[in-house]
Amino acid sequence: MRSSVIIFPGSNCDRDMDVALKKFGFKNQMVWHNDQSIPKSDLIVLPGGFSYGDYLRCGSIASKSKIIKSVIDFANSGGLVLGICNGFQILTETGLLNGILQQNKFLNFICSNVFVKVKDKENKYFKNLKKNLLELHIAHNEGNYFCSDDELKSLEDNSQIAVTYCGADGTENESTNPNGALKNIAGIFNKNKNVLGMMPHPERMIDKYLSGEDGSLFFKNILDNFK
Amino acid sequence: MKIKVIVTLKNGVLDPQGKAIQQTLNGMNFGNVEDVRQGKYFEIEVKEKDEKKAKSLVDDMCKKLLANLVIEDYKIV
Repeated sequence: MRSSVIIFPGSNCDRDMDVALKKFGFKNQMVWHNDQSIPKSDLIVLPGGFSYGDYLRCGSIASKSKIIKSVIDFANSGGLVLGICNGFQILTETGLLNGILQQNKFLNFICSNVFVKVKDKENKYFKNLKKNLLELHIAHNEGNYFCSDDELKSLEDNSQIAVTYCGADGTENESTNPNGALKNIAGIFNKNKNVLGMMPHPERMIDKYLSGEDGSLFFKNILDNFK
Repeated sequence: MKIKVIVTLKNGVLDPQGKAIQQTLNGMNFGNVEDVRQGKYFEIEVKEKDEKKAKSLVDDMCKKLLANLVIEDYKIV
C-alpha cells in the first residue's frame, strides 16, 4: 500500500508518521506542501505539528497551500485521507470535514495518554479491528471539537463519529473528556468515510517498550483492509 | 485603501479566553464586568481606490480565510 505524508512548515510529527507507516509495510514517501501534485498513493496523511505556527487559526494557512487542491481531488475521488492532530485541524479548514477544533476548554496544552472508543467499523480504517477501545496519545492545545447542532445531527445520523474519548472501562462523560470536545468527539469521518481526522496520535503507540501498541493495531488494520 | 475587519466568536460559542479575562478583571475589583468576548482585528491595505470594490474584496477574503464561519462572525468597519 503506497502512502504519502505531506510536510508543511511547522509539521513535527511527519517523520514519526513515516517511521510508523514503514514499520508496518507501507511504501511511504514524503511530499512537500509547495508541490503541485502527489505521487500515486493509496493513503495521504496530513501529520501533526504546528503548521505555519498556528497563525490565524490552527490549520487555516496550510489549508490554502498549493498541494491541498490535489489532496481535495484525491479525497473527492474516494482516496483515503488521514489527518492526525494538526492534520485534523487542516481537514476541517479545507471543508473536507465538518466543524472546527477550538482551544481546549481549560486553556491548557494537554499531553497525555487517553482511551478512545471506536464508534464505527463500517469503514476502511476500523473494519475488522479486534478491539473497541484503543489507548492512544494526545498532545494539543486546540482539540476541543465543535460544530453546529445541524452538523452534529448529520454526523450522528450518518455514523460519521469515528472515535470518542472515554475511560479505561469505556465510560464516556465529562470526566473522561480531556478538552471539552462536543460529545467527547476525538475523531470524525466525512460522509463517504474515506477521510478521517482525529486528534490522538496512533504513530506514537507503535512500540510496546516505549508506549503501547494500539497504534500498531490501527496501522496494521488499514493494511489488512486494503488487501 | 485601508480596510478594517473585526472577527468575533458567534453568540453561544464558548470563549474560554474571554471567560478567563472576565474572571481576572473581576478579581482585580472590576466587579461590574459581566462578560468578555475576545476577537481579532485586521487592517488590510488594498490596492484599490473605490471603497465599495475594496470592501467587497475584503468581504470575500473574510469568507475564504480570515473568519471561520462555523464559529466566527466578521464585521467590516
